[in-house]
Amino acid sequence: MTSTTPPPVPALSPTAAGPAGAPPAVEVPAVEVRGVDQVFPVAGGGQTVALSGIDLTVAPGEFVSLIGPSGCGKSTLLRVVGDLLTPTRGEVRVFGQEAGEARRAQTYGIAFQQAGLLEWRTVAGNIELPLQVHGVKKKERRERARELLELVGLADFAGHWPAQLSGGMQQRVAIARALAERPRLLLLDEPFGALDEMTRERMQAELARIRHETGTTVILVTHSIPEAVFLSDRVAVMSPRPGRITQLIEVDLPGRLGPPGESGDAPSTDDAPSADDVREQAAFFAAVTAVREALRAGGPT
Amino acid sequence: MTTASPPTASPPAEPRTRVSRSRPPGWRGGERLRRGLLAVTAVLVLCALWELYKAIGPATGGRLLGVPVLPRANDIAMPHTWAILDELGKQEVRTAGSDTVGASVLKAMWFTIKISLVGLVTGIVVGVLLAVAMARLKIVERGLLPYVVISQTVPLIALAPLVAGWGGKLHLGGLEWQRWMSVSLIAAYLAFFPVAVGMLRGLQSPGANALELMRSYAASWWQTFLRLRLPTSVPFLLPALRLAAASAVIGAIVAEISTGTRGGIGRLIVDYSQSASSNSSRLYDAVLGAAVVGLIFAGLVSLLEVALTWRRGRGAAPGGTTQKAGS
Repeated sequence: MTSTTPPPVPALSPTAAGPAGAPPAVEVPAVEVRGVDQVFPVAGGGQTVALSGIDLTVAPGEFVSLIGPSGCGKSTLLRVVGDLLTPTRGEVRVFGQEAGEARRAQTYGIAFQQAGLLEWRTVAGNIELPLQVHGVKKKERRERARELLELVGLADFAGHWPAQLSGGMQQRVAIARALAERPRLLLLDEPFGALDEMTRERMQAELARIRHETGTTVILVTHSIPEAVFLSDRVAVMSPRPGRITQLIEVDLPGRLGPPGESGDAPSTDDAPSADDVREQAAFFAAVTAVREALRAGGPT
Repeated sequence: MTTASPPTASPPAEPRTRVSRSRPPGWRGGERLRRGLLAVTAVLVLCALWELYKAIGPATGGRLLGVPVLPRANDIAMPHTWAILDELGKQEVRTAGSDTVGASVLKAMWFTIKISLVGLVTGIVVGVLLAVAMARLKIVERGLLPYVVISQTVPLIALAPLVAGWGGKLHLGGLEWQRWMSVSLIAAYLAFFPVAVGMLRGLQSPGANALELMRSYAASWWQTFLRLRLPTSVPFLLPALRLAAASAVIGAIVAEISTGTRGGIGRLIVDYSQSASSNSSRLYDAVLGAAVVGLIFAGLVSLLEVALTWRRGRGAAPGGTTQKAGS
């Protein structure tokens, strides 16, 4: 707890906008996974190798997607980063801290495929849950919940019950809840997996905007190639049994909302390009093809 | 057939949501009234069936090939419903100052209610504490749960005199063990079981994601218990409380009989059944009193239910977290 990590400096380097997502050497990586294996014992004496020799470095402010077929261990990797699972071998550091320490310091927020809102709490009450657990005063909690609801576009729903919201709205509340402690890292486990395609695309645009406004580092687990390409700076393609990262694909889409400070080709003001424009350019399709081929090369799915 | 038939099928009525959203949670006025009327109707139908059988049933009972298959419908075995009510107003014994049957039943009911209530509250407290202990430590659950289950297979009739026997020799500080305490203890013994099992199930019901979420907050066990497990257990606790309330009443009445405790409904049933061969109306009155005690307890649990759920959102399903509600 004594080591003070430097604050994220997103606009540090003029080369940050370049295709290489590699961070400058001085910067502490947001996430550093080294040689992680995860082995689960199986009833009957055998074992399943869920992750094998995973190395992954995520720069502060970067958006990285983990993609791969079912059972490739992408959710497991996310849980290892969040210290919800202890890896069998290897080391995980989050902003320079050991993973468990980072978890206790509330360095990350997490959201799952099921929104998992507590049905006996209002929307605002759900967002306040982490703050309440950490002893934040009621007035401050209210204030923070209001801010976050505004951020996710649900300002009028503070007093609603989760059961009154649609799936997409519930998922926004879950993301707002994950952001409640102003985490520097956001871990998302297929957050839009249960939504219909239209809602899903809208939510992706929302997430890109939220990331742009908050400057949070994001690791997203997803099944969807277009989703990974649309949102990510880099896509980590994984293969199943044993789960390993077979390829890291850089995605550079002109005109997309990036991290704050990195305006790219787009004006960072109100007239940001529409999400549909981003999805309809050749670079988008090229990246989708690249990811798809990498997945196919990774082995039978 | 080609003539356009009038649209017999009226346009489908708007799917009516059972609970309108503008109402605060827990308030279902119209539905409550309807349910109340239904309950009264059910009682009236039951009385009508009783009288119908009395009117057409064989007075000496029906036999098929020498085997009795139909109960006797004479006035001694099956008094008229109004005779049963009428009996409530009569004196127990024909001496001046004797209580009416109704007053005796009411007094006995009050006695049994007090004892059952002590038993129920004790049972709930013990059941909840056991459930929390079992949820907290796996080893406690492994060690204790089998005995909790076994405890309910011991016949109450065998247990009651034993408890009364132990209790008779106890002095807890200045407090001397009273006989009614044995009865309450036996009521508690029956009542704790559904609470312990239901509550344990509820405390263990939060999904993996909800628990991971609490872990990501670095929440202590106690915080996870307070903010997640306890609220999640409420839908499991409510039916358990209903069972516990019924068990406490039954336990108290049976224990009154088998410990020979005077003053309650159990004893009254024994007293009245001795004269049942000549006048069974009184016995029915005592049974009616027992049923009313049961109803009162069911009502108490309903009040508790309202108190425990008034803050909840609707669409509450066991499991603690909402699933996708369509988008």
